[in-house]
Amino acid sequence: MSLELSTPKPVASASSLARQRLIGRVAVHVAVILLAVLFALPFVWMLKTSLMEPLQAKAMPPVWLPNPFRFDNYRAATEAIPFWRYTVNSLVLCALNVVGTTTSCALVAWGFAHYRFPGRDLFFAITLATMMIPFPVLMVPQYAIFRDLHWIGTTLPLWVPSFFASAYNIFLLRQFFRTVPRDLVDAARIDGCGEARIFWQIVLPLTRPALVVVALFCFMYNWNDFLAPLIYLTDDRQFTLTLGLQAFQSRLGEIEITLLMAATTLMILPVIVLFFLAQKTFIEGISLTGLKS
Amino acid sequence: MGNAMTGETRRNTFYGLLFISPWIVGFTVFMAIPLVLSFYFSFCDYSILNAPVFIGAQNYQDMVSDEVFWKTLRNTAYFAALSLPLGTVLALALALLLNTKLFARAFFRTVFFLPSLVPLVALAILWREVLHVEYGIVNSALRWVGIGTIDWLGDPRHAMHGLVFTSLWGIGNSVVLYLASLQDVPRGLYEAAEVDGANAWQRMVHVTLPMISPVIYFNLLMGCIGALQVFALPYVMTKGEPARSTMFYTMYLFDQAFSYLNMGYASALAWILFLLIALLSLCTHLLSRRYVHQGDLS
Repeated sequence: MSLELSTPKPVASASSLARQRLIGRVAVHVAVILLAVLFALPFVWMLKTSLMEPLQAKAMPPVWLPNPFRFDNYRAATEAIPFWRYTVNSLVLCALNVVGTTTSCALVAWGFAHYRFPGRDLFFAITLATMMIPFPVLMVPQYAIFRDLHWIGTTLPLWVPSFFASAYNIFLLRQFFRTVPRDLVDAARIDGCGEARIFWQIVLPLTRPALVVVALFCFMYNWNDFLAPLIYLTDDRQFTLTLGLQAFQSRLGEIEITLLMAATTLMILPVIVLFFLAQKTFIEGISLTGLKS
Repeated sequence: MGNAMTGETRRNTFYGLLFISPWIVGFTVFMAIPLVLSFYFSFCDYSILNAPVFIGAQNYQDMVSDEVFWKTLRNTAYFAALSLPLGTVLALALALLLNTKLFARAFFRTVFFLPSLVPLVALAILWREVLHVEYGIVNSALRWVGIGTIDWLGDPRHAMHGLVFTSLWGIGNSVVLYLASLQDVPRGLYEAAEVDGANAWQRMVHVTLPMISPVIYFNLLMGCIGALQVFALPYVMTKGEPARSTMFYTMYLFDQAFSYLNMGYASALAWILFLLIALLSLCTHLLSRRYVHQGDLS
């Protein structure tokens, strides 16, 4: 920081410059705080509504402090719909998808990253190209295929495909696997280590952060997914939380808004908790997945 | 060449193919075959209950005179044309604010980021109430400042704007992305610009924006592709109503396929969507060669 060498710009005295800086900083803080309030307001509204009595929740102008606090809304919400059943359904699907995606994508990515074989670059180019294909294009023919397999109305279409790798995660993991030193792998091989053990005991431990990102984003995707369950699930005992909540909402009127907000809060809660547990992974994951190409 | 494959290559080929075999199976069953089928269906009358009947390009011809098709296409484009620029400017502004010397920066970053984690269905349910014509907080605020009540989701003139608002709440992803790329801009560039006498605005236009333009470009492209596939938000918030003013392209495709069982027509719609996405990617790619900084930032 060699400021003394730059030509002096005698526009403002040192003290007025300092004052300008201070005003600037105060302005930035005011702007950020205002915007933060705007962004937080829907959360606050949801939370307070979930704790109110129905009449108070719809009061105009809005009342912000529940009186009395109705914590019982949460129990009532989980009984108005089979909330816990939906939650378990969602969690099971998420778990299957996380296991399937992480395992299969890691295997495939290592195949692309490490072994040289004829046709590899062509296959990989095709993998990248499939990232362009939007889900709506595939949903009709996939439905036809799953129908022929008699899988409609079961959860199979929602998790079996995840065991066969997806382009985006292959791409991401391959980038990481290429950083595994070839010498290390060769040395292990000379010591008599088999290919499966190399993958399991050398590659995976070295790239754990990337695998965690893939698993986390896979969980988030499936926890949020709406369209695929809507297409394939017909029996409401198999509904995921997203479907269940949507069905709940369509019964609004017969069910109070306070209960709907309680259920919505419960659905958002795990994601928020997960964020605070894995904050670093989230933030790094976004830079990682966002800055590709 | 007979024995050209050495033992080493053969081993590599064997293990390579073994490791990528899940992808080969998955690609064939869940991508290649569906794509071929979809293309064929798009030339068929197909209700899934009966076998597909080939009808030539009839589905594509029907589309030309299908008012709903054009309406949903217009709606989708309108949504993208509003939400993408607004979202980009807002996200950039938030990222720039967060990139200053800020008290409790991590806290504010979390506040802006959290809404983007909210599952879309939950977000839609929440915002339906936030925008409620009577007790919604947006209308409470509007009445308080004297603008009066707007029927955000019930008035065909405003329903789409309500959805745009809602989508803006979830831009935290982009904020985090922009913030990360802002922090990657080499400090030396700013110092050099300052020495040359550039003021804050000039530094932003001539240093910051060019340096992070690859990220903006990537975000816009993904946003365009995403906009063409918007489904859950309008499906839960408005069901496409009122007067189909919030009916999106993918919703129409879904309805044709699974409500009316016009799988052939839906497939044709899907291929047009595919074509649009391909064209859009090509256009933005060509534009990016002109306007995006080709440095080694990413």
